[in-house]
Amino acid sequence: MKREERLAGLNAEMAKRILILDGSMGAYLQGFGLKSEDFHGQRFADNRIPLKGDSDVLTLTRPELITQVHEAYVGAGSDIVSTNTFTGTPISQGEYGLEAFVREMNFESALLARAACDRAEKVDGKPRAVAGSVGPTTKLLSMSPDVGDPGRRDADFDGMAKGYEEQILGLIEGSADILLIETITDTLNAKSALWGAWEAFDKTGVELPLWISGTITDRSGRTLSGQTVEAFYNSVRHANPWAIGLNCALGPADMRAFLADLARVAECPVSAHPNAGLPNAMGGYDETPHSMEAHYAEWARAGLLNIAGGCCGTTPEHIEHMRHAVEGVKPRVAPAHDPRLKLAGLEPFTAAA
Amino acid sequence: MSDSVNPFANFVIVGERTNVTGSAKFRKLIEADDYAGALVVARQQVESGANVLDVNVDAAMIDGPAAMTRFLNLIASEPDIAKIPLMIDSSKWAVIEAGLKCAQGKSIVNSISMKEGEEAFLQHARKVRRFGAASVVMAFDEQGQADTAARKIEICTRAYRLLVDIGFPPEDIIFDPNIFAVATGIEEHAEYAKAFFEATAYIRSELPHAHVSGGVSNVSFSFRGNETVREAMHAVFLYHAIRAGMDMGIVNAGSLSLYDDVEPELRERVEDVLLNRRADATERLLEHAEHVKGGGKKRDTTKDLAWREKPVKERLAHALVHGLNEFIVEDTEEARLEAERPLHVIEGPLMDGMSIVGDLFGAGKMFLPQVVKSARVMKQAVAHLIPYMEEEEQRTGMAGKSNGKIVMATVKGDVHDIGKNIVGVVLQCNGYEIDDMGVMVPCDRILERAKEIGADAIGLSGLITPSLDEMVFVASEMERLGLKLPLLIGGATTSRTHTAVKIAPVYSGPILYVADASKAVPVVQKLLGKDRDALVSATRAEYDEARASYFAGQDKRPRLPLVKARERAPKLEFAPVTPSFLGVRSFDNYPLEELVPYIDWTPFFASWDLVGRYPAILEDDIVGEAARNLYRDARAMLDQLVAEKWVKASGVVGFWPAHRDGDDVVLFADEKRGKEIARLHTLRQQIDKGEGKTNFALADYIAPKGDYVGAFAVTAGLGEEDVAIRFKRANDDYSAILAQALCDRLAEAFAEALHAKVRRELWGYAKDEGLGTDDLIAEKYRGIRPAPGYPAQPDHTEKKTIFELLDARRHTGIDLTESMAMTPPSSVSGLYFAHPQAEYFGTGKIDRDQVEDYARRKGWDLATAEKWLSPILAYDPMLKASA
Repeated sequence: MKREERLAGLNAEMAKRILILDGSMGAYLQGFGLKSEDFHGQRFADNRIPLKGDSDVLTLTRPELITQVHEAYVGAGSDIVSTNTFTGTPISQGEYGLEAFVREMNFESALLARAACDRAEKVDGKPRAVAGSVGPTTKLLSMSPDVGDPGRRDADFDGMAKGYEEQILGLIEGSADILLIETITDTLNAKSALWGAWEAFDKTGVELPLWISGTITDRSGRTLSGQTVEAFYNSVRHANPWAIGLNCALGPADMRAFLADLARVAECPVSAHPNAGLPNAMGGYDETPHSMEAHYAEWARAGLLNIAGGCCGTTPEHIEHMRHAVEGVKPRVAPAHDPRLKLAGLEPFTAAA
Repeated sequence: MSDSVNPFANFVIVGERTNVTGSAKFRKLIEADDYAGALVVARQQVESGANVLDVNVDAAMIDGPAAMTRFLNLIASEPDIAKIPLMIDSSKWAVIEAGLKCAQGKSIVNSISMKEGEEAFLQHARKVRRFGAASVVMAFDEQGQADTAARKIEICTRAYRLLVDIGFPPEDIIFDPNIFAVATGIEEHAEYAKAFFEATAYIRSELPHAHVSGGVSNVSFSFRGNETVREAMHAVFLYHAIRAGMDMGIVNAGSLSLYDDVEPELRERVEDVLLNRRADATERLLEHAEHVKGGGKKRDTTKDLAWREKPVKERLAHALVHGLNEFIVEDTEEARLEAERPLHVIEGPLMDGMSIVGDLFGAGKMFLPQVVKSARVMKQAVAHLIPYMEEEEQRTGMAGKSNGKIVMATVKGDVHDIGKNIVGVVLQCNGYEIDDMGVMVPCDRILERAKEIGADAIGLSGLITPSLDEMVFVASEMERLGLKLPLLIGGATTSRTHTAVKIAPVYSGPILYVADASKAVPVVQKLLGKDRDALVSATRAEYDEARASYFAGQDKRPRLPLVKARERAPKLEFAPVTPSFLGVRSFDNYPLEELVPYIDWTPFFASWDLVGRYPAILEDDIVGEAARNLYRDARAMLDQLVAEKWVKASGVVGFWPAHRDGDDVVLFADEKRGKEIARLHTLRQQIDKGEGKTNFALADYIAPKGDYVGAFAVTAGLGEEDVAIRFKRANDDYSAILAQALCDRLAEAFAEALHAKVRRELWGYAKDEGLGTDDLIAEKYRGIRPAPGYPAQPDHTEKKTIFELLDARRHTGIDLTESMAMTPPSSVSGLYFAHPQAEYFGTGKIDRDQVEDYARRKGWDLATAEKWLSPILAYDPMLKASA
């Protein structure tokens, strides 16, 4: 199946039903009880910085595990599989001294996901798309690393955009179908990711649909950089997103109100991939596949959803229950384009028409 | 004095003081690297009501990109400044780009133009787009800045086409057609202002969705040093520019004066200049300028200003009682300078004035609209004092104290807040701190906020019936979490009985039902004062009694079994009329002026607690004067609201072939009447009225075959929220509430207007009907338009069916909340029945047999049916099946 054909098929499905994204990569990998050697492999045996915890490097050192995760999610019914590239930027990989391998990691990760999807497509002919996961990096463009010096920044827009461009070039070459800019804690980071994406599109002549997913950090309803949901939406609306959503940080119960805010204003499909609840005292997650199912069923019936998935702590079992929860429920219908001037600081501002 | 209507309601105010080219003070701060001082200027702009913050650091001695980056990064860490969008303003592209790289929100770039040709223009536009910003586009091309109307129009049109062609959204284009100085003595300059007005009108009508902005202070450049004339010129210029369609301006947010406040002779001479009405206009203005020079602000001297001679304390009281805000800031400042601490001005003269207001209100000598106006004056006075109090607090650690803090919210699922706003304002002017959380506030957020700010009480409001359940839920959560805070219940759908029967039993803390705004103050005063225990125990006893009499009164009136009630359905004859079309037809952007004649004013007065029928109420001995003043303000605002299109009205109507099936109505897509596309459910009266009497259900008005049914949804509230927010930002709650109440009336008027059109034309069963507004209000026409949630069909969820049939969200922008409230709140929806004998009725209470039957028809379980029908259940679902 060609990318255009697959995307057309996926869009046709999305008009009829709620699409299913996959769940957490980390939660699954944790189950393997991986050791330092797994991360280093032979190739990075001498890396001066310990790599334990760098999930993205596993694409190069234990690719068969990544494939296993993708296959488990495809088996659970995911229409979209996200690549193992959440920290695949020079800024994040730089913390491990692996910035030189960013392009290769993204390229290989996309190929692994693509291969798992191809096998499933061959069986039933239904499209399975690969979403290239683009994470927030370890730095913030809108906030100072030093409380005593609020004007300071430890990253700049151009440098960050350049890094994102490199990641995205790898994802495009590895034949990702969609870009999923996710876990956005600072909208300015997301803007630099979008900038990087457009630079990569200009260079390759390939333009991928942009999927943008923000993170509301707590029940205040704000991103880490202080924006409300609607302000966040106004700030990235220029990307004509293929879909927009919320993910991470909150469990489904706490995410509900903010998802409803987003569903009210978004003129494109809406996605949600919350955590399996908030981390408990033991660092685990409390929402079971069953308890999550109820939330998704209610969201779907309330007309809030076009794409459902899971973030931290969710497993293929969660995804399977989620799929049942939204099965047969009509997807959300987006409101028509609002032709008013919509601006945003931390809060939205709409001028009269 | 047109103090009640704000001409800037739909005008986007761009604060100009953080611009080094316009403010010497700001320039010096930036040049001296005093960024803390620069942030203070920015904060003042936000506080004085700027919607957007203009930042410009273009000066010879300043490194533009570095200064822009530093200042915007600092703003990003000040949430009270960063909350509003930025206008990144520079004549150098490098500075604009540096600014865009620091702004996470959606900003406005000021500006781009075709000065260096199309290529550079489009290259900049594409970059602006990639950064996700809107842009000011100057009327400037390769030949220079446009000065005539024709050149302005030509350049803007060309720029518009180019931008739209590359996918730049038209609503993100803000034209600046150049405001130049007039009255310069040079003849070619005489037409400059007029050219701006003409170009503005053209852009707003011919270049869809584009906006018009400009730097207003340029126009008065030749009168530098004469602030009186300059301000007058700005006021008159803005008056004409806004009428032509200018909807954004870079102005000093703190000092906008009104056209009507300009001294008439000066105004006429300024107008002569701006509109180039006479050859000697400039000389005449110069001559007049000599007289007013240095004379401070000239005011309308024809008004009785004798009270201005009194001591400041009395002046403040006078202003509060009469709702006059013209001098409030200067009087407050005078009082502050006399007082030891700024807080003493509030505790002393201001509170004294408000207690006079309170006494008059309590004695029935002042009415709600006047009190809300007084509150506006109070708020503006307090707003002036706040910075001084904050400064004092920082310096000395002394803080002011209020009479108590109350968290108020319209509960989850509900969007109505006019009543809550009124109560909030009235409490505020009695010295209570009100934390108004707005509408659709989930329970956990309310309780969290109450905890966070250490509230002394929580006030809940709601208008639609499902909100009652949500209030019960909030009360039960408060119990579960062990809260002891007093809970105030209010809103149109609430009642003493409901509070006593449903809410009081689930919460052991104090619960009080507050019938209207006039009750709020005495109740809260007692509750948060020393009489608390007496009030709480008296109320508890009262509610125990109410509960007892409610249960005693239950089930006394005989009801019929559903089967029997159905036998008593009316036996009607049918002669269906075929509508002029089937399916839906939308009415986007319905002319507001056509709705005005359909307004029913009586409920408008009721929303302000003024009881009486319109127009007799205007001559009423007691409330007449208050009603007349309110009506005058309302008409003035309505005229402006209509003329300037503050809100948009949209509606949709549909008709379908239908027939009755039991108590349901079955709908079909077309005359083939093949596949059922929807089913409307109706409820039947069950009260036993006696042998030979009829028990109605709406389905009775539809024939068993070959009939039709209609549905509609209308709103006049698109944009209402923004208008209200803008007034509130200007501390003008009176105008905010007035605007909301007017939108409500317009929506009802729209429903009435559309119904008339339906009867005479669209359905056409009453082609030669000719009725006046009074007859319409008295419902002297054929056919009805019952709305779900009202007595003939109390089940709000039927709205969902209606909305799906009409595709109402797409056609009108109206949405339904999970509690089935329509948002925007100024919306109406319902069904059309054409039967000549159709009339409105109430279902009354219904029994379990009908609830079970209804649940089965709706595909609900019994609990769901009981939840949605709870206001009309004739039994208590909590008691086991005993009835």
